[in-house]
Amino acid sequence: MPKVSMTVNGKPVSGDVDSRTLLVQFLRETLRLTGTHVGCDTSQCGCCVVHVDGDAVKSCTALALSLEGADVRTIEGLANGDKLHPMQEAFRENHGLQCGFCTPGMIMTAVELVSRKGHTLDEKTIREELEGNLCRCTGYHNIVKAIAAGATAMGAKA
Amino acid sequence: MYAFNYHKPATVADAAALASQHADGKLLAGGMTLLPTMKQRLAQPSDIIDMGKLNDLKGIEVKDGVVTIKAMTRHVTVATSAEVRKAIPALAELAGGIGDPAVRNRGTIGGSVANNDPAADYPAACLALGATIHTNKRAIAADDFFTGLFETALGEGEIITSISFPAPDKANYQKFRNPASRYAIVGVFVAKKGGDVRVAVTGAGDSGVFRQKDFEAALKANFAVAALDGKHQPEKGLNSDIHADAEYRAHLIGVMAKRAVAAAK
Repeated sequence: MPKVSMTVNGKPVSGDVDSRTLLVQFLRETLRLTGTHVGCDTSQCGCCVVHVDGDAVKSCTALALSLEGADVRTIEGLANGDKLHPMQEAFRENHGLQCGFCTPGMIMTAVELVSRKGHTLDEKTIREELEGNLCRCTGYHNIVKAIAAGATAMGAKA
Repeated sequence: MYAFNYHKPATVADAAALASQHADGKLLAGGMTLLPTMKQRLAQPSDIIDMGKLNDLKGIEVKDGVVTIKAMTRHVTVATSAEVRKAIPALAELAGGIGDPAVRNRGTIGGSVANNDPAADYPAACLALGATIHTNKRAIAADDFFTGLFETALGEGEIITSISFPAPDKANYQKFRNPASRYAIVGVFVAKKGGDVRVAVTGAGDSGVFRQKDFEAALKANFAVAALDGKHQPEKGLNSDIHADAEYRAHLIGVMAKRAVAAAK
């Protein structure tokens, strides 16, 4: 089987994979990083969003082998020890989740959004940017609030 | 997904050689269509030739009024390119409306054009702007490139290297999209350059993207919304599916064309 190597959450990792292995399978099954979820498996729902070289991508729709040498960040790579990332904290504070299944993808999308569009985000921008992330519980209202608050908090930290 | 052999060539020539060698193989660009198709077992390529290492196929150049976008350039790059936005704002806006942000971070213009999905956005831009599709072997006019549903003029071992778009005087793209898939139910791209006007329709035709020559003639005489009053897209040759029937699509083509003319800049 071919071997793939990449950096995940700052650590070099590698594994033997079938050529068909998707990035999300490599993360969940080989590395046991099960925070990244598979919702629809058809690149619609965004539960599997991770960062590849800083860009938010749907890890259910990328071959692990394609990402040889890439720098990948997952939801497990956000917190600093026991201290939650400001975006994670904002989701908790604003009750931006109910069942929590979509939350890792929402947060990874939100963090990348802040890296592109800055710390002051209006509701329209957030809702447009959440196009590729589906939540079946919250009606999005508190997710949008959480992202606005998280974006501000990330700015305050910097 | 069915099993396949994986290749990651370092040059376009190697990629072309692999593609010629493996007749049942497929070139993988951003994978935003091919991988879902393979996951559903609707495609069974023997070999995957990953173009991810072909860095000389990435980038945008604007020169002498022509925007040239290399094949592996991602939608996000086109959407956020200040140069594209200046030369052909409609093209940047089209790229920014494909899929969702994560899809735009992976999907490429070459992949979209080579796949020629009947509901994809880029084929409409190629036809309306009179683009030229450059391959490792030749240059193909957009009018000759899109030959049917998921069918193009590309031959075996032929790889799109770049697409060049002459900047129009005015252009706009209007999409009535499926809110779940974000593909066009109907998309109309209108472009005016000198005395010429081209109107390309995607999402609707039963053999893929097409030019609406009746609308073009009316707009050539008078580039104004009113010129399309009373013009009607025939239902014949349009798709009917669960999203929209042919009658509705025909109506939408008229509406989207008028909106595109009104918004053209």
